[in-house]
Amino acid sequence: MSDSLQLADLHGRLEALRPTLLRLAQLQLRNAAWAEDAVSETLLAALEGASRFAGQSQLKTWVVGILKHKVLDQLRQRQREVAYDTDDDGEVIDDLVFAPDGHFRTTPQTWQSPSDTLQQRQFFEVLEACMDALPGQIGRVFLMREWLELDTDAICQELRLSSTNVWTMLHRARMRLRECLQLNWFGNPAK
Amino acid sequence: MNYPFRRTCREVAALILAREDRALEFPERLAVRIHFLVCKACPRFEQEVQTMRAALNGWKNYRNNGDE
Repeated sequence: MSDSLQLADLHGRLEALRPTLLRLAQLQLRNAAWAEDAVSETLLAALEGASRFAGQSQLKTWVVGILKHKVLDQLRQRQREVAYDTDDDGEVIDDLVFAPDGHFRTTPQTWQSPSDTLQQRQFFEVLEACMDALPGQIGRVFLMREWLELDTDAICQELRLSSTNVWTMLHRARMRLRECLQLNWFGNPAK
Repeated sequence: MNYPFRRTCREVAALILAREDRALEFPERLAVRIHFLVCKACPRFEQEVQTMRAALNGWKNYRNNGDE
């Protein structure tokens, strides 16, 4: 293949990844402009070395790895703005789930994991929508834990939050996610 | 009577969730085990949290590495 053909091919393969990259960046950063910046920087960095990757999924793993670094750079740069974004609506999810005596208001169900691939993809869409629905700062902390795979000490450092704060946000995120999945997937038998 | 390891479902559920992000201390693990002996709801909650864990791992793999 000539150099120009190879470059065009590379562009095409990277462009094909753009929607996924934007989705992930937006889910983590909760800001469209910051997400665009992180993705642009990722694609620029990827162009330099992408020809080394033969398979699309191999390429994707590598590019998503770059994106994680760029997203973290954005979080660091925007740290002041992020820190002031205390948009927890004050609604305490535990009070919706538990009665004042500490019992579950509604007994938890037994959840069946989705079985086939198509159902699984639909399920992932619902899961993403539920993560999207988390309040901004809670969503950021949750995605830092689950997608960037930072431990809680690292999250405290990056966002300059107290550990109590981070524990509380992770607790609320997981409770909300559970409620959302119950409501939008597991509670609905007609899938 | 005051039982030293007695916890409400709300408190046990919090421990089950905390386990996603940190290791429980011995008295916490003990409290969960004792609670599970008398509670039908919390083991189900635990099962849901495990399904959620598997789902998040699956999602991460799908978004990070899966073919589009």
